[in-house]
Amino acid sequence: MARFDKITELRVEHITKRFPGVLASDDISLSVGEHQILALVGENGAGKTTLMNIIMGLYQPDEGKIFINGQEVQLRTPNDAFDCGIGMVHQQYMLVPNMTVLENIALGMKNSWKGLKVDLQMVREKVTEISEKYGLKVDPDAYIWQLAVGEQQRVELVKTLCLGAKFLILDEPTSALTPQETDELIALLKNMSKELSIIFISHKLNEVKALSDKVSILRHGRVVFEGSTADYTPKQIAALMTGHEVEINANTDDPSNGDPALVIKDLCVRSDRGFLALDHFNLTIKSGEIIGLAGVSGNGQRELAEAINGIRKTESGTIEFFGKQIQNLTPGQVIQTGMGYIPEERNTEGIVPSMSVKENIILKDSESERFSKNHILRNKVIEQASNKAKDDFDIRCPGIHTAAGSLSGGNIQKVILAREISRNPKFLVCVYPIRGLDMGAAEFIHKELLELRRKGVGILLISEELEEIMNLSDRIAVIFKGRNQAVLERGEATTDRLGILMAGVEEDE
Amino acid sequence: MNNYKLIYKISVIIVAVLIALLIGAIIILAVGDDVFKTYWIIISMPFKNLRAFSEVLIRMIPLLIVALGISVSSRCGIINIGAEGQMYMGIIASTIVATNCPGLPKFIVVPLCILAGAIAGGIYGFIPGWLKAKLEVSELLSTVMLNYVAAQFFAFCIRVPLLDPNEKSGTPMSRRIAENATLSKLFRGMSLHQGIFLAIILVVVIYILMFKTTWGYKMRAAGASSRAARYGGINVSKYLIISMVISGACAGMAGAVELMGVQSRAVAGMTSGYGFSGVVVALFGALHPFWIVPASFFFGILLFSQVNLQILTSVPPNLVKALQGLIILIIVAVQMVISNPYSIERFRKRFFSKAKTSRKEA
Repeated sequence: MARFDKITELRVEHITKRFPGVLASDDISLSVGEHQILALVGENGAGKTTLMNIIMGLYQPDEGKIFINGQEVQLRTPNDAFDCGIGMVHQQYMLVPNMTVLENIALGMKNSWKGLKVDLQMVREKVTEISEKYGLKVDPDAYIWQLAVGEQQRVELVKTLCLGAKFLILDEPTSALTPQETDELIALLKNMSKELSIIFISHKLNEVKALSDKVSILRHGRVVFEGSTADYTPKQIAALMTGHEVEINANTDDPSNGDPALVIKDLCVRSDRGFLALDHFNLTIKSGEIIGLAGVSGNGQRELAEAINGIRKTESGTIEFFGKQIQNLTPGQVIQTGMGYIPEERNTEGIVPSMSVKENIILKDSESERFSKNHILRNKVIEQASNKAKDDFDIRCPGIHTAAGSLSGGNIQKVILAREISRNPKFLVCVYPIRGLDMGAAEFIHKELLELRRKGVGILLISEELEEIMNLSDRIAVIFKGRNQAVLERGEATTDRLGILMAGVEEDE
Repeated sequence: MNNYKLIYKISVIIVAVLIALLIGAIIILAVGDDVFKTYWIIISMPFKNLRAFSEVLIRMIPLLIVALGISVSSRCGIINIGAEGQMYMGIIASTIVATNCPGLPKFIVVPLCILAGAIAGGIYGFIPGWLKAKLEVSELLSTVMLNYVAAQFFAFCIRVPLLDPNEKSGTPMSRRIAENATLSKLFRGMSLHQGIFLAIILVVVIYILMFKTTWGYKMRAAGASSRAARYGGINVSKYLIISMVISGACAGMAGAVELMGVQSRAVAGMTSGYGFSGVVVALFGALHPFWIVPASFFFGILLFSQVNLQILTSVPPNLVKALQGLIILIIVAVQMVISNPYSIERFRKRFFSKAKTSRKEA
């Protein structure tokens, strides 16, 4: 395998990759020059990840060629790609939590292994060299579990660079970062581009605009647009990405003056690892209002949603739902009180993946009078209801007998939404509802949530996308380390202010 | 289901059977016997006459009943390898009832014996179910250990409390069950007994339970994704336990039927490994009651061939057990192949390229 001292150009030509029933890459040609940052944008399923996996040698293209510095290369395995100097930072970090930064980096560096011994001194020198060269501050002796997400990402970057990457591929690098961390990363990457070239996958168009020189938009496996980023506004890029003008759903109605629906007082809940994930958390949500709960994920959001829905036991404190205490009820009992819940893990918790769409629609209601009589399922009624849900919620699937797990993320979320909304909930807990969804699906889900609000249903919207929270919420709460930092009115909230609160800085008032 | 997928699945299964036969052939050659003769005996003997056919059916009955139970628990996400022990418990309970109801009419005693078997098996299935649901004890561990306990308890019962007082030779066995507790033979001179009706009824009952009722729905949801089931308000622990009780009850009934239709008394080794083979049958039948019927018939043929091979060839009957083992391994491998979308696609490309072009146009 050819080695390159420098990558002056990476070019792919006419890449085509077919999967069963799908054309994942359809005659894609791209090129990235020296010191360039190419943003690759597109909706989910547009083929971004497939293309990157081909460049990383994880998949073999059915047709097409890859060139580095004009020389054709065959990338059969990820090792081939490393050898050529291509490195990728995945969306999910590949770090061992109970090892130090240094040990993690040494894991991948084969030349640091001397027989049975690892030459940590050599790794340390390399790490210092790299972090000085690119301004990537890392503490080599810290354990991974001690690091914040943004720091872990820097470790991933250092690791990739220590392996000799001269060309970086970053898959949605900002998805878990606070706004401040995101800004830092963007500055860092801009600086790094003086030394190397970067492909940057994202669907946050502001970042694309801020960082990249060139942008390529993928749709249905094809490059539908490429151009210089400077010439286009985020809105124009969004329109090209979805193929239509994007309508942003915003909550502009007057604040609700409904009765308190959900009152959470001094709630303490332990996480799976045993520490207090919620620490005397307080929040009151009225009927007919959307409260956005902002925060970096991992600050107690999951535990809050699970405690409200009876899935997690509480330590102390109360959850009052229309005057009735619901803490420590079983999930079934909470469902009976009229609580709706869109869970974080839509693929494994929100649906039973191997069951059909039809069977998932009745997940919470198989014993209801509507869907069963004397414990015998009423198949006709269930099919009618499922077909109606499929039409009303625009669930795109071959039929209601298709396994729900085989649908795309957006359609899975629509199945969940259809089930929750058609149960006529009195309240809805909604966790990261559009995480990883494309703009079309996100737009649809936001529209439905606003519609539900208008019907007088209170909604707790847990999200890490500030844009989503600021567009939809009546009031915004910020969670940090299991505490409610502040509750702001819609008008008071700015990205900066929220970002500071999300990072744990208390406001003096 | 698309046509090519069905053809694909069937051809994979056929290939699997062929591989098993091929490996079996190597073993037969190794013991120095005629491969074709051996296989011919396995395949042809059951269909030689009605008597032979009924021999296959009486082996199929307990297998079918056990496998139905195992399909229920497996669909609920718990693998019951304790059917052997549950069968033993069913036999013990059923023997006690069958030998202690003199003078009562048959239509009362027979259901009573089967019920006793079901209850004993059910209780014995409840234990690992409860352990798993409440204490997260692996069912693989608990059921296997409980099998040992049951086997020893059974050995004790037929030697001491249930020992036939008239038996002078010292063979451990219970008293012969009374006529009012036996399942009658269906045809004169043939071994086939009324237990087959119970098996057929259970196929329908289990099918309805699993696919038409809310209970079955919840059990399947709990088995397919316990997390999602919990989210959906389903009491996963409860249904886990229920599924194990049903599974144990089926095994217990299989034991009762074997006692009442075939052996007429509790003797050592009377489960004949049905409890273990039942797991294979359930998997081979894709955990669906309707597919389990042919699967248990196929295994009935294999078990019956043990007898014939002993008489007609020098092939050790244990070869059949080895073949069973091979089939288990191959099933597991086959399931991986079947669920791999890429190999389906390759299959479609090669043999159904017409379908592909028409799809592209659409």
